[in-house]
Amino acid sequence: MKLTTQDIETVAYLSRLELSEEEKEKLTGHINRLLENFEKLQEIDTSDVEPTSHVIPVYNVFRKDEPRPSLPVDEVLSNGPQVAENCFVVPRVVET
Amino acid sequence: MADRLYELTIHELGELLRSKQVSAREITQSFIDRIEAVEETVKAFITTTPELALEQAAAVDEAVARGERLGPLAGIPAAIKDNMCTRGTLTTCASKILYNYKPVYDATVVERLASERAVFLGKTNLDEFAMGSSTENSAFFVTRNPWNLNTVPGGSSGGSAAAVAADQCAFALGSDTGGSIRQPASFCGVVGMKPTYGRVSRYGLVAFASSLDQIGPITKDVTDCALVMNAICGRDPSDSTSLDVPVPDFTKSLVDDVRGLKIGVPKEFFAYGTDPDVESAVRAAVDLLVSLGAQADETSMPSVDYGLPVYYIIAPAECSSNLARYDGVRYGLRALSPSITGFSGAGKAGIVAMFEQTREQGFGAEVKQRIMIGTYALSAGYYDAYYLKAQKVRTLLRRDFEKAFEEFDVLITPTSPTVAFGIGERSDDPYAMKLADICTIPANLAGIPGISIPCGFKNGLPIGLQIMAKGLDEETLIRVAYTYEQHTQHRARKPEI
Repeated sequence: MKLTTQDIETVAYLSRLELSEEEKEKLTGHINRLLENFEKLQEIDTSDVEPTSHVIPVYNVFRKDEPRPSLPVDEVLSNGPQVAENCFVVPRVVET
Repeated sequence: MADRLYELTIHELGELLRSKQVSAREITQSFIDRIEAVEETVKAFITTTPELALEQAAAVDEAVARGERLGPLAGIPAAIKDNMCTRGTLTTCASKILYNYKPVYDATVVERLASERAVFLGKTNLDEFAMGSSTENSAFFVTRNPWNLNTVPGGSSGGSAAAVAADQCAFALGSDTGGSIRQPASFCGVVGMKPTYGRVSRYGLVAFASSLDQIGPITKDVTDCALVMNAICGRDPSDSTSLDVPVPDFTKSLVDDVRGLKIGVPKEFFAYGTDPDVESAVRAAVDLLVSLGAQADETSMPSVDYGLPVYYIIAPAECSSNLARYDGVRYGLRALSPSITGFSGAGKAGIVAMFEQTREQGFGAEVKQRIMIGTYALSAGYYDAYYLKAQKVRTLLRRDFEKAFEEFDVLITPTSPTVAFGIGERSDDPYAMKLADICTIPANLAGIPGISIPCGFKNGLPIGLQIMAKGLDEETLIRVAYTYEQHTQHRARKPEI
């Protein structure tokens, strides 16, 4: 299984990264080398093995549904690159 | 006395403070002067906060004057890795994408240290988003190893480890996803502990790989490690993965006695081009512990051989998901270009162009690479072959550790196969770079605690000894590490800077 530059472009789009041509080329080689290393895992029989997503046996953690103080709006917005009227401003998302 | 306060440990400074031989202000000033003197050489800090530190120290002195009883960390100057949120103080993760980010809340660990009245000297350098093994991936500058300025301090918590080694702080916090506390502690000749997964709240730690990340102390000796562990461990309602288990007083484990303890030495940890001098220092440490009454045996953990590929699937997968939040909307960098601002229709312009260009400009090469690998490993059609397979092999690795801990109380290995390598030496060889973490990654995958302590030198560079124990048994780790430290003199040696 070898990735082509076109595969890399697809993954870059899914990752929301606008890569330069040079980066695409470098990443293609690099990711292919890593995938070769990953092949090693196929040697192991894991047909009866449960996957580990977390090492501790904690599943759902609940708290009482009670209102608690939250951050003030002006603080939440304080790091926003562009804000107005208590909102984050972004480029237009829908067509007019 | 007062002119070299910065060389002292937490417990030594605490005694001077409580017996009123020095003030908290004198202690803090001593560290500020030390930073002034050596920071240009070491470059451990992204941000320093001397005014805040002096204010906090003054408050400690007022408390002393009022006759308040002080805890062991009161008035003790600390440095925090720059991926932990500090309210009102820049938290950059050494990334351009967060170059201007000032959190509006404190990480739980920061809050806990503040409530113990520790003093904050600043935020330390790291590999961007903690992704790396040398701190060379910082978007801002390279930190130097105080023992040899041409070598790396290790990573990703290289700034924290270098700051402790260079006496620029009494202790520091780091974070460890695949060895990022233990490996730099090893390279810089200090003590670094990765606690059991869930021991310490991750709330306010900028997430890299959530099932692996854990915060821990970097200190000058094992006693200080126990003191900081006492302060930072414990359940936090803001982190649902923090464990609701009692936290012992870790200073009770500062016991010079290993009689009857069983040490396992797993051979797989010596198999990856381990420097013969590193190997002999580690084996000599095991022999010393045996001479003090412990028993040691070779053992084998076959699945450890798969640690690196498992880690380099799981960590990037989690990272690609965690780093999706950096989109230029709510904080940090936002790219601006005509294709974004002049958007007047559908297609790859407007907000999508803003996401893509912001991330392209904001992330460094290593971070982009990991996002790409993770996205690929999680994408439809490849999920089972890579991510699910890695999770299953992770289970096998956990079982190997469970089996080993049925027989042994602790496992001892090198922390890293070599001592610190040269700056630039491995930057073009990603595989060689990743090998530096080969001995530390398994503990993260299994969620168990590990500690690195100095066990010798090679060409003037420190060698690190790693001790691992079963989940939640940091007490045994501390006991073994403390006993070893009491019978060796490595701590007495200081870098000449």
